[in-house]
Amino acid sequence: MDWLSPAEWEAVRLSLRVSFWATVAALPFGLFIAYALARWRFPGKQILNGLVHLPLILPPVVTGYLLLITFSPRAPVGGFLKSIGISFAFNWTGAALAAGIMGFPLMVRAMRLSIEAVDPKLEQAAATLGASRPWVFATVTLPMVLPGVLAGAILGFAKAMGEFGATITFVSNIPGQTQTLPSAIYAFLQVPGGEASALRLVAVAVAVAMLALLLSEWISRRVAARVGGA
Amino acid sequence: MLEVAVHHRLGAFTLDAAFEAPPGLCVLFGRSGSGKTSVINAVAGLMRPDEGRVRVGKRILGDTAQGIWLPPHKRRLGYIFQEGRLFPHLSVRQNLLYGRWFAGSLLPLDPVVEMLGLGPLLTRRPGALSGGEKQRVAIGRALLADPGLILADEPLAALDEARKREILPYFERLRDEARCPILYVSHSAAEVARLATTVVVLQDGRVVRQGSAAEVLSDPAVTPAGIRAVGAVLEVRVAAHHDDGLTELDAGGLPLYLPRVPQAVGAPLRIRIAAQEVILARQKPVGLSALNILPGKVDSIREGEGPGALVSLDTAAGRVLARVTRRSAEGLGLAPGVDCFAVVKTVAIAREDVGTA
Repeated sequence: MDWLSPAEWEAVRLSLRVSFWATVAALPFGLFIAYALARWRFPGKQILNGLVHLPLILPPVVTGYLLLITFSPRAPVGGFLKSIGISFAFNWTGAALAAGIMGFPLMVRAMRLSIEAVDPKLEQAAATLGASRPWVFATVTLPMVLPGVLAGAILGFAKAMGEFGATITFVSNIPGQTQTLPSAIYAFLQVPGGEASALRLVAVAVAVAMLALLLSEWISRRVAARVGGA
Repeated sequence: MLEVAVHHRLGAFTLDAAFEAPPGLCVLFGRSGSGKTSVINAVAGLMRPDEGRVRVGKRILGDTAQGIWLPPHKRRLGYIFQEGRLFPHLSVRQNLLYGRWFAGSLLPLDPVVEMLGLGPLLTRRPGALSGGEKQRVAIGRALLADPGLILADEPLAALDEARKREILPYFERLRDEARCPILYVSHSAAEVARLATTVVVLQDGRVVRQGSAAEVLSDPAVTPAGIRAVGAVLEVRVAAHHDDGLTELDAGGLPLYLPRVPQAVGAPLRIRIAAQEVILARQKPVGLSALNILPGKVDSIREGEGPGALVSLDTAAGRVLARVTRRSAEGLGLAPGVDCFAVVKTVAIAREDVGTA
Protein backbone atom coordinates (compact mmCIF):
# COMPACT_ATOMS: atom_id res chain seq x y z
CA MET A 1 0.00 0.00 0.00
CA ASP A 2 1.93 2.92 -1.28
CA TRP A 3 -0.80 5.50 -1.41
CA LEU A 4 0.37 6.63 2.02
CA SER A 5 3.93 7.81 2.53
CA PRO A 6 5.98 6.06 5.25
CA ALA A 7 5.58 9.12 7.46
CA GLU A 8 1.83 9.00 7.03
CA TRP A 9 1.74 5.27 7.76
CA GLU A 10 3.77 5.89 10.83
CA ALA A 11 1.12 8.31 12.13
CA VAL A 12 -1.76 5.92 11.35
CA ARG A 13 -0.05 2.96 12.98
CA LEU A 14 0.90 4.99 16.03
CA SER A 15 -2.65 6.30 16.38
CA LEU A 16 -4.12 2.80 16.22
CA ARG A 17 -1.60 1.55 18.78
CA VAL A 18 -2.13 4.49 21.11
CA SER A 19 -5.93 4.21 20.88
CA PHE A 20 -5.94 0.44 21.31
CA TRP A 21 -3.86 0.53 24.48
CA ALA A 22 -5.68 3.59 25.79
CA THR A 23 -8.96 1.69 25.44
CA VAL A 24 -7.70 -1.61 26.84
CA ALA A 25 -6.09 0.06 29.85
CA ALA A 26 -9.10 2.27 30.58
CA LEU A 27 -11.67 -0.53 30.26
CA PRO A 28 -11.32 -2.20 33.70
CA PHE A 29 -11.12 1.15 35.51
CA GLY A 30 -14.06 2.44 33.53
CA LEU A 31 -16.16 -0.63 34.31
CA PHE A 32 -15.32 -0.45 38.00
CA ILE A 33 -16.15 3.23 38.28
CA ALA A 34 -19.29 2.87 36.18
CA TYR A 35 -20.44 0.05 38.49
CA ALA A 36 -19.66 2.09 41.59
CA LEU A 37 -21.54 5.11 40.24
CA ALA A 38 -24.50 2.99 39.14
CA ARG A 39 -24.88 0.77 42.17
CA TRP A 40 -23.10 1.97 45.27
CA ARG A 41 -23.89 4.78 47.62
CA PHE A 42 -20.83 6.32 49.19
CA PRO A 43 -19.70 9.74 50.36
CA GLY A 44 -18.08 11.77 47.62
CA LYS A 45 -19.98 10.02 44.85
CA GLN A 46 -20.86 13.33 43.19
CA ILE A 47 -17.23 14.44 43.42
CA LEU A 48 -16.06 11.23 41.75
CA ASN A 49 -18.71 11.70 39.09
CA GLY A 50 -17.50 15.25 38.51
CA LEU A 51 -13.85 14.18 38.32
CA VAL A 52 -14.67 11.52 35.76
CA HIS A 53 -16.51 14.02 33.61
CA LEU A 54 -13.91 16.78 33.96
CA PRO A 55 -11.94 15.91 30.78
CA LEU A 56 -15.18 16.20 28.82
CA ILE A 57 -15.78 19.74 29.98
CA LEU A 58 -12.29 21.22 30.48
CA PRO A 59 -10.45 22.60 27.48
CA PRO A 60 -8.24 19.69 26.30
CA VAL A 61 -5.21 21.90 26.58
CA VAL A 62 -5.90 22.26 30.29
CA THR A 63 -6.13 18.50 30.74
CA GLY A 64 -2.90 18.13 28.78
CA TYR A 65 -1.15 20.72 30.90
CA LEU A 66 -2.37 19.09 34.14
CA LEU A 67 -1.00 15.77 32.88
CA LEU A 68 2.27 17.46 32.02
CA ILE A 69 2.77 18.96 35.47
CA THR A 70 1.72 15.71 37.13
CA PHE A 71 3.70 13.22 35.08
CA SER A 72 6.75 15.18 34.01
CA PRO A 73 9.87 13.49 35.40
CA ARG A 74 10.50 16.52 37.59
CA ALA A 75 7.08 16.29 39.24
CA PRO A 76 6.73 14.01 42.27
CA VAL A 77 4.38 11.51 40.58
CA GLY A 78 6.32 11.44 37.32
CA GLY A 79 9.60 11.24 39.20
CA PHE A 80 8.42 8.28 41.21
CA LEU A 81 7.14 6.49 38.12
CA LYS A 82 10.40 7.17 36.32
CA SER A 83 12.36 5.69 39.23
CA ILE A 84 10.45 2.42 38.75
CA GLY A 85 10.92 2.53 34.99
CA ILE A 86 7.61 3.96 33.80
CA SER A 87 7.81 7.08 31.70
CA PHE A 88 4.96 8.96 30.10
CA ALA A 89 6.63 12.18 29.08
CA PHE A 90 7.21 12.64 25.32
CA ASN A 91 6.57 8.96 24.77
CA TRP A 92 3.79 7.07 22.97
CA THR A 93 2.62 5.74 26.35
CA GLY A 94 1.99 9.36 27.32
CA ALA A 95 -0.13 9.80 24.22
CA ALA A 96 -2.06 6.69 25.25
CA LEU A 97 -2.53 8.06 28.77
CA ALA A 98 -3.87 11.36 27.44
CA ALA A 99 -6.14 9.62 24.93
CA GLY A 100 -7.42 7.21 27.57
CA ILE A 101 -8.24 10.00 30.01
CA MET A 102 -10.00 12.05 27.35
CA GLY A 103 -12.12 9.06 26.29
CA PHE A 104 -12.81 7.94 29.86
CA PRO A 105 -15.99 10.01 30.49
CA LEU A 106 -17.63 8.73 27.31
CA MET A 107 -16.72 5.17 28.22
CA VAL A 108 -18.00 5.44 31.80
CA ARG A 109 -21.26 7.09 30.70
CA ALA A 110 -22.16 4.33 28.27
CA MET A 111 -21.27 1.61 30.77
CA ARG A 112 -23.07 3.29 33.64
CA LEU A 113 -26.28 3.59 31.65
CA SER A 114 -26.21 -0.08 30.72
CA ILE A 115 -25.48 -1.15 34.30
CA GLU A 116 -28.37 0.95 35.55
CA ALA A 117 -30.60 -0.80 33.04
CA VAL A 118 -29.90 -4.21 34.60
CA ASP A 119 -32.72 -5.12 36.96
CA PRO A 120 -31.20 -5.75 40.43
CA LYS A 121 -33.97 -8.30 40.90
CA LEU A 122 -32.18 -10.58 38.45
CA GLU A 123 -29.02 -10.29 40.53
CA GLN A 124 -31.06 -11.14 43.63
CA ALA A 125 -32.47 -14.17 41.86
CA ALA A 126 -28.95 -15.32 41.04
CA ALA A 127 -27.94 -14.87 44.68
CA THR A 128 -30.85 -17.00 45.91
CA LEU A 129 -29.68 -19.72 43.50
CA GLY A 130 -26.32 -19.87 45.22
CA ALA A 131 -24.19 -17.34 43.35
CA SER A 132 -21.86 -15.21 45.47
CA ARG A 133 -21.37 -11.54 44.53
CA PRO A 134 -18.43 -12.04 42.16
CA TRP A 135 -20.27 -14.88 40.46
CA VAL A 136 -23.43 -12.80 40.14
CA PHE A 137 -21.37 -10.10 38.47
CA ALA A 138 -19.61 -12.52 36.13
CA THR A 139 -22.64 -14.59 35.13
CA VAL A 140 -25.51 -12.11 35.19
CA THR A 141 -24.44 -8.47 35.36
CA LEU A 142 -21.50 -8.56 32.97
CA PRO A 143 -23.17 -10.53 30.16
CA MET A 144 -26.16 -8.21 30.35
CA VAL A 145 -24.09 -5.01 30.23
CA LEU A 146 -21.84 -6.30 27.46
CA PRO A 147 -23.48 -4.15 24.76
CA GLY A 148 -22.91 -1.08 26.91
CA VAL A 149 -19.32 -2.08 27.66
CA LEU A 150 -18.61 -2.57 23.97
CA ALA A 151 -20.33 0.66 23.03
CA GLY A 152 -18.29 2.45 25.70
CA ALA A 153 -15.07 0.86 24.50
CA ILE A 154 -15.71 1.84 20.91
CA LEU A 155 -16.66 5.37 21.88
CA GLY A 156 -13.48 5.59 23.94
CA PHE A 157 -11.45 4.23 21.03
CA ALA A 158 -12.97 6.70 18.59
CA LYS A 159 -12.33 9.56 20.99
CA ALA A 160 -8.74 8.37 21.43
CA MET A 161 -8.22 8.29 17.67
CA GLY A 162 -9.33 11.90 17.43
CA GLU A 163 -7.63 13.27 20.54
CA PHE A 164 -5.43 16.25 19.77
CA GLY A 165 -5.32 19.04 22.31
CA ALA A 166 -4.38 17.13 25.46
CA THR A 167 -1.95 14.90 23.57
CA ILE A 168 -0.01 17.68 21.88
CA THR A 169 0.17 19.66 25.14
CA PHE A 170 1.28 16.69 27.22
CA VAL A 171 3.65 14.81 24.93
CA SER A 172 4.17 17.26 22.05
CA ASN A 173 4.25 16.24 18.39
CA ILE A 174 7.23 13.97 17.77
CA PRO A 175 7.03 11.92 14.55
CA GLY A 176 7.15 8.19 15.32
CA GLN A 177 6.82 8.84 19.06
CA THR A 178 3.81 10.99 19.80
CA GLN A 179 2.68 12.23 16.41
CA THR A 180 -0.77 10.65 16.20
CA LEU A 181 -3.06 11.06 13.22
CA PRO A 182 -4.60 14.39 14.26
CA SER A 183 -1.20 15.80 15.20
CA ALA A 184 0.18 14.66 11.85
CA ILE A 185 -2.68 16.34 9.98
CA TYR A 186 -1.99 19.49 11.96
CA ALA A 187 1.74 19.27 11.19
CA PHE A 188 1.19 18.70 7.46
CA LEU A 189 -1.06 21.72 7.31
CA GLN A 190 1.72 23.84 8.80
CA VAL A 191 4.14 23.17 5.89
CA PRO A 192 3.67 24.35 2.29
CA GLY A 193 2.52 21.51 0.00
CA GLY A 194 1.37 19.39 2.89
CA GLU A 195 -2.32 19.55 1.95
CA ALA A 196 -2.24 16.34 -0.07
CA SER A 197 -0.79 14.38 2.85
CA ALA A 198 -3.24 15.97 5.22
CA LEU A 199 -6.16 15.06 2.95
CA ARG A 200 -5.06 11.42 2.72
CA LEU A 201 -4.86 11.23 6.50
CA VAL A 202 -8.27 12.87 6.77
CA ALA A 203 -9.63 10.12 4.54
CA VAL A 204 -8.06 7.52 6.84
CA ALA A 205 -9.54 9.23 9.90
CA VAL A 206 -12.99 9.27 8.33
CA ALA A 207 -12.69 5.62 7.33
CA VAL A 208 -11.56 4.51 10.79
CA ALA A 209 -14.33 6.49 12.46
CA MET A 210 -16.99 5.04 10.14
CA LEU A 211 -15.64 1.54 10.64
CA ALA A 212 -15.71 1.93 14.42
CA LEU A 213 -19.30 3.18 14.31
CA LEU A 214 -20.50 0.37 12.04
CA LEU A 215 -18.68 -2.20 14.15
CA SER A 216 -20.24 -0.92 17.35
CA GLU A 217 -23.71 -0.93 15.77
CA TRP A 218 -23.21 -4.47 14.51
CA ILE A 219 -21.86 -5.79 17.81
CA SER A 220 -24.51 -4.17 19.96
CA ARG A 221 -27.28 -5.41 17.66
CA ARG A 222 -25.92 -8.96 17.80
CA VAL A 223 -25.49 -8.86 21.55
CA ALA A 224 -28.88 -7.26 22.08
CA ALA A 225 -30.52 -10.01 20.02
CA ARG A 226 -28.76 -12.62 22.12
CA VAL A 227 -29.60 -10.97 25.43
CA GLY A 228 -33.14 -9.94 24.53
CA GLY A 229 -33.98 -13.38 23.24
CA ALA A 230 -37.15 -12.07 21.63
CA MET B 1 -39.96 -27.63 60.18
CA LEU B 2 -39.54 -23.94 59.54
CA GLU B 3 -39.18 -21.34 62.26
CA VAL B 4 -39.37 -17.65 61.42
CA ALA B 5 -39.23 -14.59 63.64
CA VAL B 6 -38.78 -11.15 62.15
CA HIS B 7 -38.82 -7.77 63.84
CA HIS B 8 -38.15 -4.77 61.66
CA ARG B 9 -39.07 -1.10 61.65
CA LEU B 10 -39.41 0.72 58.38
CA GLY B 11 -40.61 4.28 58.91
CA ALA B 12 -44.08 4.10 60.39
CA PHE B 13 -44.46 0.41 59.55
CA THR B 14 -43.43 -2.17 62.11
CA LEU B 15 -43.05 -5.76 61.06
CA ASP B 16 -43.29 -8.11 64.00
CA ALA B 17 -44.05 -11.60 62.81
CA ALA B 18 -43.16 -14.97 64.27
CA PHE B 19 -44.44 -18.41 63.38
CA GLU B 20 -43.47 -22.05 63.14
CA ALA B 21 -44.62 -24.07 60.18
CA PRO B 22 -44.89 -27.87 60.17
CA PRO B 23 -43.55 -29.81 57.16
CA GLY B 24 -45.48 -29.14 53.98
CA LEU B 25 -46.60 -25.94 52.37
CA CYS B 26 -47.11 -22.88 54.54
CA VAL B 27 -49.02 -20.01 52.98
CA LEU B 28 -48.28 -16.50 54.21
CA PHE B 29 -51.67 -14.96 53.61
CA GLY B 30 -52.36 -11.25 53.67
CA ARG B 31 -53.28 -8.12 51.79
CA SER B 32 -50.65 -6.19 49.91
CA GLY B 33 -48.80 -4.06 52.43
CA SER B 34 -49.28 -6.56 55.25
CA GLY B 35 -45.58 -7.40 55.25
CA LYS B 36 -45.67 -10.78 53.49
CA THR B 37 -42.94 -9.96 51.01
CA SER B 38 -40.72 -8.47 53.73
CA VAL B 39 -41.03 -11.69 55.72
CA ILE B 40 -40.15 -13.91 52.78
CA ASN B 41 -37.25 -11.65 51.79
CA ALA B 42 -35.91 -11.82 55.34
CA VAL B 43 -36.16 -15.62 55.16
CA ALA B 44 -34.28 -15.47 51.84
CA GLY B 45 -31.61 -13.19 53.30
CA LEU B 46 -32.39 -10.48 50.74
CA MET B 47 -33.34 -8.21 53.63
CA ARG B 48 -31.72 -8.05 57.05
CA PRO B 49 -34.23 -7.22 59.76
CA ASP B 50 -33.40 -5.33 62.96
CA GLU B 51 -33.94 -8.58 64.82
CA GLY B 52 -34.71 -11.95 63.41
CA ARG B 53 -34.29 -15.68 63.47
CA VAL B 54 -34.79 -18.17 60.66
CA ARG B 55 -34.35 -21.89 61.13
CA VAL B 56 -35.03 -24.74 58.70
CA GLY B 57 -34.91 -28.05 60.54
CA LYS B 58 -31.58 -27.93 62.32
CA ARG B 59 -30.00 -25.34 60.01
CA ILE B 60 -29.96 -21.81 61.36
CA LEU B 61 -30.06 -19.44 58.39
CA GLY B 62 -30.03 -16.39 60.56
CA ASP B 63 -30.13 -15.37 64.18
CA THR B 64 -29.34 -11.74 64.84
CA ALA B 65 -29.02 -12.48 68.56
CA GLN B 66 -26.01 -14.66 67.71
CA GLY B 67 -24.82 -12.24 65.03
CA ILE B 68 -25.61 -14.72 62.26
CA TRP B 69 -27.33 -13.61 59.06
CA LEU B 70 -26.32 -15.74 56.11
CA PRO B 71 -26.28 -14.09 52.70
CA PRO B 72 -28.81 -15.50 50.21
CA HIS B 73 -26.31 -17.61 48.33
CA LYS B 74 -25.42 -19.60 51.44
CA ARG B 75 -29.02 -20.43 52.39
CA ARG B 76 -29.68 -23.25 49.89
CA LEU B 77 -32.92 -21.78 48.60
CA GLY B 78 -35.21 -22.30 45.70
CA TYR B 79 -36.96 -18.96 45.32
CA ILE B 80 -39.79 -18.72 42.80
CA PHE B 81 -40.54 -15.05 42.15
CA GLN B 82 -43.76 -13.50 40.96
CA GLU B 83 -42.21 -12.33 37.72
CA GLY B 84 -40.16 -15.47 37.13
CA ARG B 85 -36.91 -13.52 36.99
CA LEU B 86 -35.39 -15.83 34.42
CA PHE B 87 -32.01 -14.77 33.07
CA PRO B 88 -32.72 -13.26 29.66
CA HIS B 89 -29.24 -13.90 28.31
CA LEU B 90 -29.36 -17.64 29.02
CA SER B 91 -31.34 -20.40 27.34
CA VAL B 92 -34.02 -22.27 29.25
CA ARG B 93 -31.60 -25.15 29.75
CA GLN B 94 -28.90 -22.81 31.09
CA ASN B 95 -31.45 -21.16 33.38
CA LEU B 96 -32.44 -24.57 34.74
CA LEU B 97 -28.83 -25.57 35.34
CA TYR B 98 -27.79 -22.26 36.92
CA GLY B 99 -28.65 -23.09 40.52
CA ARG B 100 -27.69 -26.72 40.12
CA TRP B 101 -24.17 -25.69 39.23
CA PHE B 102 -23.76 -23.70 42.42
CA ALA B 103 -25.43 -26.39 44.52
CA GLY B 104 -22.80 -28.82 43.28
CA SER B 105 -25.19 -31.69 43.93
CA LEU B 106 -25.97 -32.51 40.31
CA LEU B 107 -29.63 -33.47 40.50
CA PRO B 108 -30.73 -35.12 37.26
CA LEU B 109 -32.30 -32.67 34.82
CA ASP B 110 -34.64 -35.10 33.07
CA PRO B 111 -37.22 -35.81 35.80
CA VAL B 112 -37.72 -32.09 36.40
CA VAL B 113 -37.96 -31.36 32.68
CA GLU B 114 -40.50 -34.15 32.35
CA MET B 115 -42.58 -33.20 35.39
CA LEU B 116 -42.88 -29.59 34.20
CA GLY B 117 -43.18 -30.38 30.50
CA LEU B 118 -40.14 -28.30 29.61
CA GLY B 119 -38.69 -30.57 26.90
CA PRO B 120 -39.72 -28.48 23.89
CA LEU B 121 -38.56 -25.26 25.57
CA LEU B 122 -34.99 -26.18 26.48
CA THR B 123 -33.22 -24.40 23.64
CA ARG B 124 -35.41 -21.30 23.73
CA ARG B 125 -34.68 -18.01 25.43
CA PRO B 126 -36.95 -16.65 28.19
CA GLY B 127 -37.97 -13.72 25.99
CA ALA B 128 -39.76 -16.16 23.70
CA LEU B 129 -41.80 -17.87 26.44
CA SER B 130 -45.36 -17.24 27.61
CA GLY B 131 -46.03 -16.24 31.20
CA GLY B 132 -47.05 -19.76 32.20
CA GLU B 133 -44.01 -21.30 30.52
CA LYS B 134 -41.73 -18.83 32.29
CA GLN B 135 -43.18 -19.80 35.65
CA ARG B 136 -42.72 -23.50 34.90
CA VAL B 137 -39.06 -22.84 34.09
CA ALA B 138 -38.74 -20.81 37.29
CA ILE B 139 -40.13 -23.73 39.30
CA GLY B 140 -37.71 -26.11 37.61
CA ARG B 141 -34.77 -23.79 38.20
CA ALA B 142 -35.62 -23.59 41.91
CA LEU B 143 -36.01 -27.37 42.22
CA LEU B 144 -32.71 -28.13 40.50
CA ALA B 145 -30.86 -25.92 42.98
CA ASP B 146 -31.49 -28.80 45.42
CA PRO B 147 -33.01 -26.42 47.95
CA GLY B 148 -33.42 -26.98 51.65
CA LEU B 149 -36.30 -24.50 51.57
CA ILE B 150 -38.55 -23.47 48.71
CA LEU B 151 -39.87 -19.91 48.68
CA ALA B 152 -42.59 -18.64 46.37
CA ASP B 153 -43.69 -15.01 46.32
CA GLU B 154 -47.14 -14.80 44.69
CA PRO B 155 -45.96 -16.98 41.82
CA LEU B 156 -49.36 -16.93 40.13
CA ALA B 157 -50.32 -13.29 40.64
CA ALA B 158 -48.99 -12.13 37.28
CA LEU B 159 -50.82 -14.86 35.32
CA ASP B 160 -54.31 -14.90 33.83
CA GLU B 161 -56.90 -17.42 35.04
CA ALA B 162 -56.10 -20.02 32.39
CA ARG B 163 -52.37 -19.90 33.20
CA LYS B 164 -53.12 -20.11 36.93
CA ARG B 165 -55.05 -23.32 36.31
CA GLU B 166 -52.06 -24.58 34.35
CA ILE B 167 -49.50 -23.87 37.11
CA LEU B 168 -51.45 -24.64 40.31
CA PRO B 169 -51.23 -28.44 39.90
CA TYR B 170 -47.43 -28.19 39.81
CA PHE B 171 -47.45 -26.54 43.22
CA GLU B 172 -49.75 -29.29 44.49
CA ARG B 173 -47.19 -31.84 43.30
CA LEU B 174 -44.42 -29.81 44.87
CA ARG B 175 -46.27 -29.78 48.19
CA ASP B 176 -46.79 -33.54 48.03
CA GLU B 177 -43.36 -34.55 46.71
CA ALA B 178 -40.82 -31.98 47.90
CA ARG B 179 -38.73 -33.11 50.84
CA CYS B 180 -38.24 -29.58 52.11
CA PRO B 181 -40.63 -27.01 53.57
CA ILE B 182 -42.29 -24.55 51.23
CA LEU B 183 -43.13 -20.97 52.19
CA TYR B 184 -45.69 -19.55 49.79
CA VAL B 185 -46.88 -15.94 49.79
CA SER B 186 -50.38 -15.30 48.49
CA HIS B 187 -53.45 -13.14 48.80
CA SER B 188 -55.72 -15.56 46.96
CA ALA B 189 -58.23 -17.64 48.91
CA ALA B 190 -58.36 -20.16 46.08
CA GLU B 191 -54.62 -20.77 46.30
CA VAL B 192 -54.80 -21.11 50.08
CA ALA B 193 -57.69 -23.56 49.82
CA ARG B 194 -55.91 -25.73 47.31
CA LEU B 195 -52.32 -25.63 48.50
CA ALA B 196 -51.95 -24.82 52.16
CA THR B 197 -50.90 -27.30 54.78
CA THR B 198 -50.81 -24.37 57.17
CA VAL B 199 -51.90 -20.77 56.74
CA VAL B 200 -50.27 -17.86 58.55
CA VAL B 201 -52.37 -14.73 58.26
CA LEU B 202 -50.49 -11.44 58.31
CA GLN B 203 -52.13 -8.12 58.94
CA ASP B 204 -50.28 -4.83 59.37
CA GLY B 205 -47.03 -6.64 59.94
CA ARG B 206 -48.37 -9.03 62.58
CA VAL B 207 -49.45 -12.66 62.60
CA VAL B 208 -53.15 -12.54 63.46
CA ARG B 209 -54.01 -16.18 62.90
CA GLN B 210 -52.42 -19.50 62.10
CA GLY B 211 -54.24 -22.69 61.24
CA SER B 212 -55.45 -25.01 58.52
CA ALA B 213 -56.95 -23.63 55.32
CA ALA B 214 -60.44 -24.66 56.43
CA GLU B 215 -60.10 -22.85 59.76
CA VAL B 216 -58.65 -19.65 58.41
CA LEU B 217 -60.85 -19.28 55.36
CA SER B 218 -64.02 -19.74 57.38
CA ASP B 219 -63.21 -16.84 59.66
CA PRO B 220 -64.36 -13.52 58.20
CA ALA B 221 -62.46 -11.63 60.87
CA VAL B 222 -59.10 -12.57 59.47
CA THR B 223 -59.65 -13.32 55.81
CA PRO B 224 -57.58 -10.66 54.10
CA ALA B 225 -59.20 -11.02 50.72
CA GLY B 226 -62.48 -9.69 52.11
CA ILE B 227 -65.87 -11.20 52.78
CA ARG B 228 -66.16 -12.50 49.22
CA ALA B 229 -63.28 -14.87 49.85
CA VAL B 230 -64.86 -16.42 52.92
CA GLY B 231 -65.78 -20.00 52.27
CA ALA B 232 -65.61 -23.57 53.43
CA VAL B 233 -62.91 -26.00 52.39
CA LEU B 234 -64.15 -29.60 52.12
CA GLU B 235 -62.05 -32.72 51.81
CA VAL B 236 -63.80 -35.02 49.37
CA ARG B 237 -63.14 -38.00 47.10
CA VAL B 238 -64.03 -38.58 43.45
CA ALA B 239 -66.91 -41.08 43.40
CA ALA B 240 -67.84 -41.34 39.73
CA HIS B 241 -67.68 -39.55 36.40
CA HIS B 242 -71.08 -39.33 34.73
CA ASP B 243 -71.88 -39.21 31.03
CA ASP B 244 -73.59 -35.84 31.26
CA GLY B 245 -70.31 -34.06 32.02
CA LEU B 246 -70.58 -34.11 35.79
CA THR B 247 -68.32 -35.63 38.42
CA GLU B 248 -69.88 -37.06 41.53
CA LEU B 249 -67.96 -36.56 44.74
CA ASP B 250 -68.24 -38.35 48.03
CA ALA B 251 -68.28 -35.73 50.76
CA GLY B 252 -68.46 -37.60 54.04
CA GLY B 253 -71.17 -39.87 52.62
CA LEU B 254 -73.09 -37.07 50.91
CA PRO B 255 -73.06 -36.78 47.12
CA LEU B 256 -71.79 -33.54 45.57
CA TYR B 257 -71.86 -32.80 41.85
CA LEU B 258 -69.27 -30.75 40.06
CA PRO B 259 -68.49 -30.02 36.43
CA ARG B 260 -66.15 -32.81 35.26
CA VAL B 261 -62.73 -32.80 36.95
CA PRO B 262 -59.69 -34.60 35.50
CA GLN B 263 -58.80 -36.60 38.63
CA ALA B 264 -59.42 -40.37 38.66
CA VAL B 265 -62.17 -42.09 40.64
CA GLY B 266 -61.00 -42.50 44.23
CA ALA B 267 -58.68 -39.48 44.13
CA PRO B 268 -58.91 -37.19 47.15
CA LEU B 269 -59.85 -33.59 46.37
CA ARG B 270 -60.12 -30.31 48.20
CA ILE B 271 -62.88 -28.00 47.17
CA ARG B 272 -63.67 -24.52 48.32
CA ILE B 273 -67.30 -23.42 48.45
CA ALA B 274 -67.58 -19.65 48.69
CA ALA B 275 -70.04 -18.58 51.39
CA GLN B 276 -71.80 -16.19 49.06
CA GLU B 277 -72.70 -19.06 46.68
CA VAL B 278 -74.61 -21.01 49.33
CA ILE B 279 -78.39 -20.74 49.83
CA LEU B 280 -80.08 -21.92 53.03
CA ALA B 281 -83.47 -23.61 53.39
CA ARG B 282 -85.30 -24.87 56.45
CA GLN B 283 -87.12 -27.69 54.61
CA LYS B 284 -85.51 -29.99 52.09
CA PRO B 285 -86.15 -28.16 48.83
CA VAL B 286 -88.09 -29.92 46.09
CA GLY B 287 -88.38 -28.92 42.47
CA LEU B 288 -85.07 -27.07 42.59
CA SER B 289 -82.48 -26.98 39.83
CA ALA B 290 -79.52 -26.99 42.22
CA LEU B 291 -78.05 -30.48 42.54
CA ASN B 292 -76.15 -30.16 45.79
CA ILE B 293 -78.26 -30.18 48.91
CA LEU B 294 -76.43 -30.77 52.19
CA PRO B 295 -78.44 -31.33 55.37
CA GLY B 296 -76.88 -29.93 58.53
CA LYS B 297 -77.29 -28.10 61.79
CA VAL B 298 -76.55 -24.43 62.41
CA ASP B 299 -73.43 -24.07 64.50
CA SER B 300 -73.15 -20.30 64.73
CA ILE B 301 -74.37 -17.08 63.17
CA ARG B 302 -72.01 -14.15 62.90
CA GLU B 303 -73.43 -10.78 62.09
CA GLY B 304 -71.05 -8.33 60.52
CA GLU B 305 -71.42 -4.75 59.54
CA GLY B 306 -74.15 -4.09 57.01
CA PRO B 307 -77.06 -6.32 56.16
CA GLY B 308 -75.18 -9.62 55.97
CA ALA B 309 -74.72 -12.55 58.31
CA LEU B 310 -72.41 -15.51 58.03
CA VAL B 311 -74.07 -18.79 58.99
CA SER B 312 -71.86 -21.73 59.77
CA LEU B 313 -73.44 -25.13 59.31
CA ASP B 314 -72.23 -28.56 60.45
CA THR B 315 -72.88 -31.17 57.78
CA ALA B 316 -71.66 -34.72 57.20
CA ALA B 317 -69.38 -33.25 54.51
CA GLY B 318 -67.79 -30.85 56.98
CA ARG B 319 -68.40 -27.27 57.93
CA VAL B 320 -70.21 -25.25 55.28
CA LEU B 321 -70.54 -21.47 55.36
CA ALA B 322 -73.39 -19.45 53.95
CA ARG B 323 -73.55 -15.70 53.57
CA VAL B 324 -77.16 -14.57 53.81
CA THR B 325 -78.90 -11.36 54.82
CA ARG B 326 -79.79 -10.78 58.44
CA ARG B 327 -83.39 -10.45 57.32
CA SER B 328 -83.34 -14.01 55.87
CA ALA B 329 -81.64 -15.39 58.94
CA GLU B 330 -84.35 -13.92 61.13
CA GLY B 331 -87.15 -14.86 58.73
CA LEU B 332 -86.01 -18.48 58.68
CA GLY B 333 -85.67 -18.49 62.43
CA LEU B 334 -82.04 -19.59 62.21
CA ALA B 335 -80.27 -20.13 65.52
CA PRO B 336 -77.56 -22.47 66.76
CA GLY B 337 -78.85 -26.04 66.79
CA VAL B 338 -81.55 -25.51 64.18
CA ASP B 339 -81.73 -28.05 61.34
CA CYS B 340 -81.16 -26.56 57.93
CA PHE B 341 -80.21 -27.39 54.34
CA ALA B 342 -77.37 -25.81 52.39
CA VAL B 343 -77.97 -25.57 48.66
CA VAL B 344 -75.08 -25.09 46.21
CA LYS B 345 -75.34 -24.81 42.45
CA THR B 346 -72.97 -27.19 40.71
CA VAL B 347 -71.64 -24.46 38.45
CA ALA B 348 -70.99 -22.16 41.42
CA ILE B 349 -67.94 -24.19 42.41
CA ALA B 350 -65.19 -22.53 40.41
CA ARG B 351 -62.58 -24.63 38.69
CA GLU B 352 -59.72 -22.89 40.45
CA ASP B 353 -61.30 -23.90 43.75
CA VAL B 354 -60.92 -27.61 43.04
CA GLY B 355 -57.58 -29.25 43.62
CA THR B 356 -55.91 -32.44 44.70
CA ALA B 357 -55.84 -32.93 48.44
